[in-house]
Amino acid sequence: MPWLTSTVRVSPNVRRAQLVCLAVILCLGELCPGQGLKVPASVTAGDETIIPTTGSGKAIFYLWGPGVSSKSEISLGQEVHLHSRDLRNAGDYLAIVCSAVCRSSAFYVRAGKPAYLNFLVHPSRVPVAQGDAVSGVVLPFDEFHNLVPDVATVNFRLAAGSSSAGSPRAQMQDGVAWFRTTSGRSAGKLQVVATLDSLSSTRIVQQVASDPCNLRIKGERTPKSVVVETEPVHDCSGNPVPDGTIVTFSVTGAGGKSTVDAPIKQGIASAKIQASGSLVISAASGTVMGNELHVGGQP
Amino acid sequence: MKLALPTLLVAVTIGLMVIGFFGAGHSAGTVGIAAGSALPGLTPKAASPEQAVSSFLREIQRRHWDRAYAGLSGTSGIDEPSFIQDWTGGDGSLRTLSSLESFDVRPLHATDSVAQMRVHLHWTTPVGPLQDVRDLELTREGETWKVIWPKVQVPNLPAQVIPVNYLRWDLVNGNSDDDWGSHNVDAPHVRIVSMNAIDTAEGSAVMGEVVNEDTIPAFVNVNATLVDGSGNAIDEESSFDKIAHVLLPKQVSPYRIDFPNVGLKNVKNVRMDVKATLTPASADPVIGVMNQKIESAQGKSVLRGELLNQSGQTVNIPHVIASFYDNNGKVVWVADGYVDRALLPQTSEPFAVEIPNALAGKVQNFHAVVNEYSSGKS
Repeated sequence: MPWLTSTVRVSPNVRRAQLVCLAVILCLGELCPGQGLKVPASVTAGDETIIPTTGSGKAIFYLWGPGVSSKSEISLGQEVHLHSRDLRNAGDYLAIVCSAVCRSSAFYVRAGKPAYLNFLVHPSRVPVAQGDAVSGVVLPFDEFHNLVPDVATVNFRLAAGSSSAGSPRAQMQDGVAWFRTTSGRSAGKLQVVATLDSLSSTRIVQQVASDPCNLRIKGERTPKSVVVETEPVHDCSGNPVPDGTIVTFSVTGAGGKSTVDAPIKQGIASAKIQASGSLVISAASGTVMGNELHVGGQP
Repeated sequence: MKLALPTLLVAVTIGLMVIGFFGAGHSAGTVGIAAGSALPGLTPKAASPEQAVSSFLREIQRRHWDRAYAGLSGTSGIDEPSFIQDWTGGDGSLRTLSSLESFDVRPLHATDSVAQMRVHLHWTTPVGPLQDVRDLELTREGETWKVIWPKVQVPNLPAQVIPVNYLRWDLVNGNSDDDWGSHNVDAPHVRIVSMNAIDTAEGSAVMGEVVNEDTIPAFVNVNATLVDGSGNAIDEESSFDKIAHVLLPKQVSPYRIDFPNVGLKNVKNVRMDVKATLTPASADPVIGVMNQKIESAQGKSVLRGELLNQSGQTVNIPHVIASFYDNNGKVVWVADGYVDRALLPQTSEPFAVEIPNALAGKVQNFHAVVNEYSSGKS
């Protein structure tokens, strides 16, 4: 029976279909399931259990389940001990006893208590004040890495600095609970904690300044050039735009157009551009335009 | 009869050598090495300006610096080491990695004593072929024409300390055994802000601009797939070097993707794909693009300007990428050009990028960015 040696993991639906097919095949060969083989109605993953048998003499016992296939010699009339290591994976199992005829029964191994939470929060970095920008998904697993599909409530707790940023709750469905929320208005770390019973898991989302808002520049003429700089650059929530953000200055005059991509440094971007005569100076950061300055020529 | 074929071959070879030897100086519109003397030490005397320039450039091509320098007029006022460095470049510039593949010589003006010649120099470089155009002055000294090579103006930089306190971003990779989902850092958020597809002389091109909307630097590549009416991909190309790959936060770069030999008539759709990954970066050096103007030169439209290195670090290979807009603000062309001289601290170098004549009339505005390649930086 080469199919018994298979250890390929398959989905529960496929496995159930395989079990039904197997049962039909056994029936057609006068090896009907359930005749004289009592299996437990439900077993928890990692628990030991027993399967009583009837009759006398030697027989072969086969166990086929998710990631498990084993064959052993047993004495009919005695109990078959299934060890913890044989029942670690949740799912449908099939027990088969073969002597003169084969008898089989299916049973289900369910996941144990949640032992840890897989918690995925997206994104890792988010601009402030963005609707539905932060989402989190929790998947609880037992100690043998089986997804726990039981119905339960997961509490999420969001905190920016020392202040709370919300406490959404979510009911688990098929082993998954999730939330989605708007990012806060202040740049900085957003701590997201998911709690299920005594288990919790923490993730950090970096809230960053959004696009510059109301970008304003001022210019000062020197004998051979013009020094142009921005006012402190903030987003529309008042957060300073991070240093290193590029502000493009453009100076247009009789000598042509000069541009400098200057990084913001300590909140301000500045550039010194050699130009003379009447000038038009403008600034942009990304797709955000700033004000325009008109500087007259020196007498 | 047995010796007829070898005799014929020897005769033809000698004939070709004689034609090559004596015919070099008589060809009009000299083109590259094809017009050269194959025998070193037997260069004929430059009896005409064209002959003088051709001979001079052939020696340059062969890197016979002494002979090339001997072809200069005494009024040139340049010493041999400076002359050599003018041709071979320095400071890790693109010129140090280039070689003169061929040249064309065209007369501009000539009298009995002076002449002006225009030379088109065709360089092979690691970034592809580059063309350089120079106008050379020549003077007649006795029976020989000599090239006047202008003295190279080396920027005289005073010793100084330039404080650099710009930002730098480093990447720290987490341990592979970290808890799943606990230490992920998302890729930078980058967006294509404009796209235009046009037919070109070689095929077609897709161009536009891309912006880094994030607060961290991004390494960016733009890919495009041309799709026909049945939904099948016709061709797929990437922006390659026609983009500034490292974009600092809120920085905008033009991009152009060329599709050689593929016209747009069969294209129903263009699928764009921008890929951005985390990258370490530095906000230094800052390079200004100064005095940009669109001018006509030799029947071509070019964007000329100067690159000004505002930092204290040498930029070995500057690369200019410019987007050109029509009166609606649509990107109608993206052009790029490498500068073959290194950009020293606090100094400027001229640049020029060409605009196709068919599009030059549409151009109302432009925006140039500078890619920089510096030794010791990835």
